[in-house]
Amino acid sequence: MATASVAHHDAAHDDHHDHEHHDNFITKYIFTQDHKMIGKQFLVTGMFWALIGGFLSVLFRLQLGFPDLSLEFLRPLLGGWIDETGKLDPTFYLALVTMHGTIMVFFVLTAGLSGTFSNFLIPLQIGARDMASGFMNMLSYWFFFISGVIMFISLFIKTGPAGGGWVVYPPLSALEQAVPGSGLGMTLWLVAMVFFIASSLMGGINYITTIINLRTKGMSFSRLPLTIWSFFLTAVIGLLSFPVLFGAALLLVFDRSFGTSFYLADIYVAGEALPNTGGSPVLFQHLFWFLGHPEVYIVLLPALGITSEVIATNSRKPIFGYKAMIVSMLGITILSFVVWAHHMFVSGMNPFLGSIFMFLTLIIAVPSAVKVFNYLTTLWRGNLIFTPAMLFSIGLVSFFISGGLTGIFLGNSAIDIQLHDTYFVVAHFHLVMGSASFFGMVAGVYHWFPKMFGRMMDAKLGYIHFWLTFTGVYLVFFPMHYIGIAGFPRRYYNWTNFAFTEHYTDLNMFVSTAAIVTFAAQFIFLFNFFYSMYRGRKTTANPWRSNTLEWTTPIEPGHGNWPGEIPTVYRWPYDYSKPGAAEDFIPQTVPLSQTPESNLPHEQEMVKLEVEIMREEAEVLVANESKH
Amino acid sequence: MERELKYIDMEDQPIAMHPKKFALWLFMVTVVMVFAGLTSAYIVRQSEGNWLEYDLPGIFWVTSGIAVLSSLTLQWAYYSARKDNFVNIKIGMALTVLLGIGFLVGQWYSWVAMVDREVFFVGNPSGSFLYVFTGLHAAHLISGVIFLIIVLISTFRLKVHSRDMTAMEMATTYWHFLGGLWLYLFMFLLLNH
Repeated sequence: MATASVAHHDAAHDDHHDHEHHDNFITKYIFTQDHKMIGKQFLVTGMFWALIGGFLSVLFRLQLGFPDLSLEFLRPLLGGWIDETGKLDPTFYLALVTMHGTIMVFFVLTAGLSGTFSNFLIPLQIGARDMASGFMNMLSYWFFFISGVIMFISLFIKTGPAGGGWVVYPPLSALEQAVPGSGLGMTLWLVAMVFFIASSLMGGINYITTIINLRTKGMSFSRLPLTIWSFFLTAVIGLLSFPVLFGAALLLVFDRSFGTSFYLADIYVAGEALPNTGGSPVLFQHLFWFLGHPEVYIVLLPALGITSEVIATNSRKPIFGYKAMIVSMLGITILSFVVWAHHMFVSGMNPFLGSIFMFLTLIIAVPSAVKVFNYLTTLWRGNLIFTPAMLFSIGLVSFFISGGLTGIFLGNSAIDIQLHDTYFVVAHFHLVMGSASFFGMVAGVYHWFPKMFGRMMDAKLGYIHFWLTFTGVYLVFFPMHYIGIAGFPRRYYNWTNFAFTEHYTDLNMFVSTAAIVTFAAQFIFLFNFFYSMYRGRKTTANPWRSNTLEWTTPIEPGHGNWPGEIPTVYRWPYDYSKPGAAEDFIPQTVPLSQTPESNLPHEQEMVKLEVEIMREEAEVLVANESKH
Repeated sequence: MERELKYIDMEDQPIAMHPKKFALWLFMVTVVMVFAGLTSAYIVRQSEGNWLEYDLPGIFWVTSGIAVLSSLTLQWAYYSARKDNFVNIKIGMALTVLLGIGFLVGQWYSWVAMVDREVFFVGNPSGSFLYVFTGLHAAHLISGVIFLIIVLISTFRLKVHSRDMTAMEMATTYWHFLGGLWLYLFMFLLLNH
């Protein structure tokens, strides 16, 4: 059924309408409530954390690749963490691994990716003036900021940051006696995570509310760009899983600071029995992975959404299987909540339960494969334009395939006995989750940089950045599969005590070298980013000739996004290369009645209806006019 | 004046719900998830054995009654607000706030009763869980009482009436939710004991 609408605006829209904003520096750049600036804040903070997280990985890769190297040159930075012989302190190595994981998963790929693009794109692509609650949005960023400050401080305390792995399994994380990092460092970790969870929840509530309630006229769910679908489902996953992490962390806090025994039982430390009785460490794993596994998709889905948009635009083709894309994302969302125990196959849980979780886990391959198929068929025979964003998106698809395949191995509870906690796992999730999401994030930055800053990033530097990073990632993580199959366990300070590892010394050296080169290549991106922000070529209104609403705003949109009325939407966002059309793209704001040459038969029917309704509406309008 | 009218192919306008109310519902979803996680943890842990058995404090029956009663008084205040009966709104709201505080005091005495049974926060998780459930629920209930007090103050400023029910509706929804949550927790403890 069709209706015509010249209806009133939402009340929330009118609030912002047309009145001048006189922002000073603080309200414009710091305590801003403009979703675009908040998005940029998330982005820059995420980049800061990515640098730190990447740098930590270089430090421990130096240790792993060159165990005999003297790290004396790092003493100015690491101080006491380098011992007299110039070696890295083993407990600090554990802290490095822990912080690398925490920072990358939460601060970079959750806040930096979801925070940036959900904030920046949701109102722009659905046609809203701002988020449902600008104030809560601002709080969301500043809670994230406080969380970051606390985590940052924990890097510099005397006992070092948390060292129990990013999964913070008790009893390791619960007992101060376990590792130095389980003292103050772990406390700060927990406090930081509480702020982070609050930030994510406020952000998520805002994203969902905005997408459901503040879409512009004509923007039905079947016309939403896939980016918005992915941000929406990501927010739903976060909303359902982060509270459980909060519950898990709360009980851990009680165990650590109040002496309860939720996760602790019958522990002897240095010959002395602890008073705790009746706890269950596996309970923590269940609670943690109930967040932990959906978290993988919180990280990945936005990257997949961005990729859909970038690939369709730069293939000049409609996305293949728009509905299938949505259904597969929905499927991934639902399945993500029922597979958590595949992280715990060897934790001593019931093997029968293991086979159920194995079955559910392997089902995720189906929607994932549908997505890959659709990306490839969108690319197939398209008029490909290789912008840096496009290259990074294709890179994402590549990682998603190569990393996803190893997921099928790991999802098997029998094979997992051999592969669990080896470098095979590290290689798997760094490809499919880490690198794929990182590439989605970078693709998003290249693609929407013109909208963010009104200037273009340099494409040549973008190509150099892409090829160095793309080859670098494969050179780092592909050999890791072999290292893992050979039996190298994760999180070991060194392996020199085991004779079998001698064959792989060169391979580890190679991986470390590749990691350092890949990390160095990111500075090309950083230079490009900040240089282009001020000196880049000025952009046109729609540089990628894209259909979505954000390109109908002024080049540098103010607070409120559109100077006049919010545009109305008349079609889906993927009318690229429509047969008969003059241009190879038709923006969502072009009515069907203006494009008779390219309308499909059923759309032509709708035009007839449209003319009729327009006449009726005109009569109503005339009648109203005469009343006044 | 000529205005361009455009045709929109769409069955319905976006769901017309006040964004803040919608956000409140989402917040309640997160609270549900916290307690769903914790009560599942309870079941998982209980099934592993080594579980301390104790009698639930009898005062829970009283506090559950108070929770139901406070929801009734609040609902009465809500209906009064719809009919612009300002005296009854104030009475209803004030009663609800008092009952809410009474509930919190009752929950405190349930802890006293637990200590009398020598079941402490520190010890076997079966006791610790009860403290966590009641404590975390009380923390949310305090936020509910604060919300009610804010609405109560605005009733004295005559800001709650049939034409501006948003705050009242949100307070009512949240309060009913917290009462329901307590009944769920109590039932859960009764059944899994």
